[in-house]
Formats: sequence, C-alpha cells, structure tokens
Amino acid sequence: MPLPVPKNVDETLALLKAGSYVADRSLATAAFLALKLGRPLFLEGEAGVGKTEIAKVLATTMGRRLIRLQCYEGLDVSAAVYEWNYSRQMLEIRLAEATEASRETLEEEIFSERFLIRRPLLQALDPDPDGPPVLLIDELDRADEPFEAYLLEVLADYQITIPEIGTIRAPTPPITVVTSNRTREIHDALKRRCYYYWVDYPDAVRELEILRLKVPGAAIDLSRQVVGFVQKLRGEELFKSPGVAEAIDWTNALVQLDRVTLDPTTINETLGALLKYQDDIAKIRGPEAARLLSQVQAELATAPPAR
Amino acid sequence: MSWRDQPLGAAGDGTLVANLMHFARILRAAGLPIGPGRVAEAVRAVQVAGLANRDDFYWTLHAVFVNRRDQRHIFDQAFRLFWRDPEWSARLPALSLLLPQARGADPTPKEPMSRRLAEALQGQGDDKHARPRDETPPGETFDAVMTWSAREILQRKDFEQMSSEELAAAKAAMARLVMPVAMVRTRRYRADPAGARADLRATLRATARTGGDIIALRFRAPRLRPPPLAVLCDISGSMERYSRMLLHFLHALSASRQRVYSFVFGTRLTNITRQLRFRDVDEALSRVAGSVEDWSGGTRIGHCLAEFNLHWSRRVLGQNAVVLLITDGLDREGAQGLAAEMERLHKSCRRLVWLNPLLRYSGFEPKFLGARAMMPHVDDFRPAHNLQSLADIAQVLGEHTGHAMRPRIAAGSTAA
Repeated sequence: MPLPVPKNVDETLALLKAGSYVADRSLATAAFLALKLGRPLFLEGEAGVGKTEIAKVLATTMGRRLIRLQCYEGLDVSAAVYEWNYSRQMLEIRLAEATEASRETLEEEIFSERFLIRRPLLQALDPDPDGPPVLLIDELDRADEPFEAYLLEVLADYQITIPEIGTIRAPTPPITVVTSNRTREIHDALKRRCYYYWVDYPDAVRELEILRLKVPGAAIDLSRQVVGFVQKLRGEELFKSPGVAEAIDWTNALVQLDRVTLDPTTINETLGALLKYQDDIAKIRGPEAARLLSQVQAELATAPPAR
Repeated sequence: MSWRDQPLGAAGDGTLVANLMHFARILRAAGLPIGPGRVAEAVRAVQVAGLANRDDFYWTLHAVFVNRRDQRHIFDQAFRLFWRDPEWSARLPALSLLLPQARGADPTPKEPMSRRLAEALQGQGDDKHARPRDETPPGETFDAVMTWSAREILQRKDFEQMSSEELAAAKAAMARLVMPVAMVRTRRYRADPAGARADLRATLRATARTGGDIIALRFRAPRLRPPPLAVLCDISGSMERYSRMLLHFLHALSASRQRVYSFVFGTRLTNITRQLRFRDVDEALSRVAGSVEDWSGGTRIGHCLAEFNLHWSRRVLGQNAVVLLITDGLDREGAQGLAAEMERLHKSCRRLVWLNPLLRYSGFEPKFLGARAMMPHVDDFRPAHNLQSLADIAQVLGEHTGHAMRPRIAAGSTAA
C-alpha cells in the first residue's frame, strides 16, 4: 500500500529501518527534507556504501514505483527522456498515402503521443495511482556535462519540453535520488538544487547492525570479527577500501564456507571478496592479514559484549 | 559530542532568520558558494525539520549549505562557533564583533580554527569582506601561520608579473598549440550530410514537412571534443628555471579548453586547478604561489604519483583523460616505488605523455634511475631542450602529432 511522505525525521528513520536499511540520523534528516520539500537528494560517497540502496528502500517501503536511470558517457535525450517510434511513424506515412488522408494533418498525426516512446525521465513525470514514483539517477558522474546541464531544467521544474508536443509537467514531483561516485565533480549549479549528503563508511556499531540484518545466518562472533577486520582495513592505505557491500559479500561467502570464526588461512583464501585490486590483495594477504586479525581478536576480547 | 547536546542559541525568538542569514554570510565569506536563494532554502528547511533536536538542526543546515565533501570541515567549525553561545550570536547582528575577543571567551578551543573561517569571521567584524583576501602580497601574510612540519624545505615564491608583450606571445603560442591527442570521438552525434549514420529523427521531421511523399534520409556523425587533460608539473629545484613559464602554460591551457586539471609537485602534490581558473594570469599565479609550499625543493616523484593515483586519479581521469607529465625525472628518493606508480598511472589514462625539459642536447638517453623507471610506462616521450617560452612547449607538444611515438623506438633506432 502506498504510504504518504513521513512527517518528521523520526518517521523517516523508521521508514528506512522498515526497509532494513540502517541509516544515520543525519542521513534521515537529509532524506526527510528531500521528501518533504520535493527536492532531489544528492548522495555522494565511495562505491559500496549503500547509495543506490536508499532509493530502492524508499520505493519499496513507501510502495512507489522505482524508475532507474543508469548514467553513462554519451547518455542523450533519446535514451534518457523520449524517442519517437520511427518504424511506426514510417508505416503511418505509407498508410496515409494509401488512404489519401490529408497532408496537413500528417505532421500532427505522426508526432503524437501514440508514437512516443517514454524513457525514464519522462516516465517519472507521469501521474501514478500509487503517488509520485521514486526516480533514481544513478552514477551521474558517469554522464557527461551536456546531460548534466539538461538535467538542471528537469530537476528544477520537473518539466520536459518536447518540441512537437509541448511541455509535459509532473502533477506532483517524483521523489528524486541522485547518486555519484565522484569520478568527477558534479557542477555546483546542479548540487545547489539538491540536498547534499556524503554517505560515509558506517562505524563499527552500525556496521555490525547492518551485517546482522543482511546476513542473519552468520554467527555473532563471526560478524563481529568481520566488522572489526573491515574497519581495520579501512584504516590501511588501500587503493580501494572495502565498502559495506563488500563486507556483506564476504560474510555471505564465509557463511557458505561454514566458518564460525575468522582465521588467517580463511582470510587469505577469501580476500578476493573484500578487495578488488591485486595491489591491495598482495599488500594485505599473509602476515599483514594475520597481524590485523590478531589486533581485532585482542580488541574483541577486551571489549564489552555487544548489544 | 557534547556541543551538539547544548541548547540551540536564539532558537525560540524571532531572530532565527536573521541568524541564519548571518551564518550563511560567514560561510560565504569562508568560501562556500552560498547565494541568497540558499538562505531562503535554509529557512524553509528549518521550518520543516523543526528545532527540537540540535543534531537535526545541524544536519538540516548541512544538507542545504554543504555542496562538497571538503566543505564539511569548514561547516562543522562554523556551526560550532556560531550556534554554541546564544549571547555571542545575539551580538553578531550588530556587526561589532571582533574575533579575538570572542575567542578569548572561548575556553580552550580543541583544534585551531581554519584560517579561512577566521578570516571570514573577521571580515564580518570590520565589514570589509568584499575585498579579496589575496590582495596583500604573499609572503607578508603567511609567515605567521607557518605551522606545518619543518621536515621539508618549504618555500614561498613570488612571480614576476607578466608583461603585455609576453601575454600576446603566450596567446599566439596557445593558438598554435596542438595537443598529442587533439580530439576524441564522443557518443553524441551532430547533423552531418556526409555522416555515416542515418539520423531518423531529422529524417522523419523533414518528411512530415513535405507531407510524406519523399522520405529523404538525413545523416549524422559523431561529435568530436578534446579529451580531459591532467597535467602533473614538477616544480622542484632542478626545474626551477622553468616553473614560471610552465605555470603560464598551465594557466593558458586552463583558459583555452575545458576539463583541464592541473597539479604541481615537488615533495608533495598540490592541486592548483581552482587557482588557475582566475582569468587574470598574475592573480592566478599569485594564488598558486600562495597555496604551494614546496617550491624549488627536492623531488619525490614516486610519492607524489602515489598520492595522485590514490586520491585524484579516479576523480580526474574518469572520462578517458590524457595525462601530461612535465618533469626531468630526477628523483630524490632514488626512484623508489616509481615504476609501480607509473604503471598504475599509465593504465588508468588514455595516453601518458612525458615532457622532459632536462635535455641539453638532442641525443638524450634517460640514464637517471627515475627516468629509467618511468620510460617503459610512457606512451609518448617528448624530450626538449631550450624550453624557454610557451612557443617552445607548443612546438614540442605539436610535433609528431598523430603518430604514436613509443619511447623505446624513439630512444633506439629509427622509427618505422
């Protein structure tokens, strides 16, 4: 059942929690503002910290349709906004010849909504019985600057102009989530129209909470060790630190291997689930992994039992 | 943290809007791009989110005012200072505040305040913040705040101003400049009668205009545009005599095309892209001079490249960038780790061009450890001697354009 927009930060937090997304209160605040004031939420952060997930969770828990636009270099209007159905248009022209229909109306005819193929941005402006959909514009940094500039108009007024038809305007703006991995800086003009939030790696307590939720089959000791180890790794100088997604993957892999605690051999064998660059793996594998693990074990032994 | 639990200053009374405005002005003076629209936005956001919780208030303003990750620190400090003490913030509207007094009332600040923020707050006091803060000559203002480590020889530099004759020569040189990779295809198209692909959208539009009797195909071709360019420029002691000219080159390059990212390195890496955006070349250079700390010192190429690879390569080399490395390859650390970093750099860009101004004669062969480690990972080696002007650089970069010049071939026998 579609839910209305939450009334305050606490409700937003509860909403995300209901979608099994463990969020910081700070993130919930930004999300609440975006929902309440109908502006896009701009999420930036390292890969694998759960940016895309937020949009998915919002769509599921609020019972809205999720429309996803994956950005890439060269993404243009015909792939992102609308395209005409050319083959049907040509058929229509031939048909018009056969029936000797009036030539004057032909132009109106073939550029009507019947021949319009709606791409994600246009779909997001359509009224929906479940309420405005969730529009996810994923990895905007991959698109090029011209597309970003086009997006400015769409995100500011939620309207799209098709020369042959006119301006299409959303009755209520969609819930928009824009994500970026920061492979380049997004222009300030676009960010200015959004609520900005930098999604950071979670702290140990929160990460444990996430792991318990996402991999319920893992033994509590294992989860705790995984969190400790991953948090330690993030302190190392790595080319790509493991994100939450990698931690979840790794725990899943360990559960599949029937491990209940970490040991150096297991770490060395499964490090590929956690680190994705050969240099990083070479750096951590072996003695370094053993050293980090012993640190983690020592800390867990002295720490009070987790909640 | 405890400061967030403190009651919010000036929350209940009607001065909130005024306070938000002053807060925004302080942030703006500290360098955050905040316009009047943002202030209105902040007021609306605060009304919606409420003031019950100091944490929420913090993050509400954060969502509105902060645009980039590196602004978080300034925002955090400004928020802490501005919203901590109700009386203090109540005094602010009078604009009679002088910062040192305010800090005197502050029991032992835990970390030194950001210089930008300090300047912003002072600017509020004497109401002269319209004046650009770098107008004072560098060197006079900086000595007092030199608090960083003394391990390296950190030097400031003052550049001679550019004469109008030089300026004209520079413009002429840049107009002639052809980069080793001049243009790349994009996935976008433009109308082109000689294009290879049919442009169905234009075709149908034209057809509808003629009433559908004739379907005349229109064509399109890929658009070309210059690739992004990342320039890593050595400013160590051995390169000293080139540094002014090279910075002029970087400035002219940034002005003449989009997507140019400039870095300089000696013992550390500094991103000077933003400083070079200032139109006026002298102003840009004085800003660069102010933000770079390792002029004419030693070189740690390996270390600086590692830093670039770790922190910047993913952000500036994303869209198939060309990297231009300007260094003589003399490395203080004996090329330690240099080969590996060069390999990574080479693999993460479209093309790696090394411009080496060391050459005193034409038959140069890289003998130094650093140069030997770098050679195998360079796509294009451009040795140069007598690099005295922008015209020389333009000429060196323009040579052999279009032909892949592998260094091994160039250094060895004749090219095929």
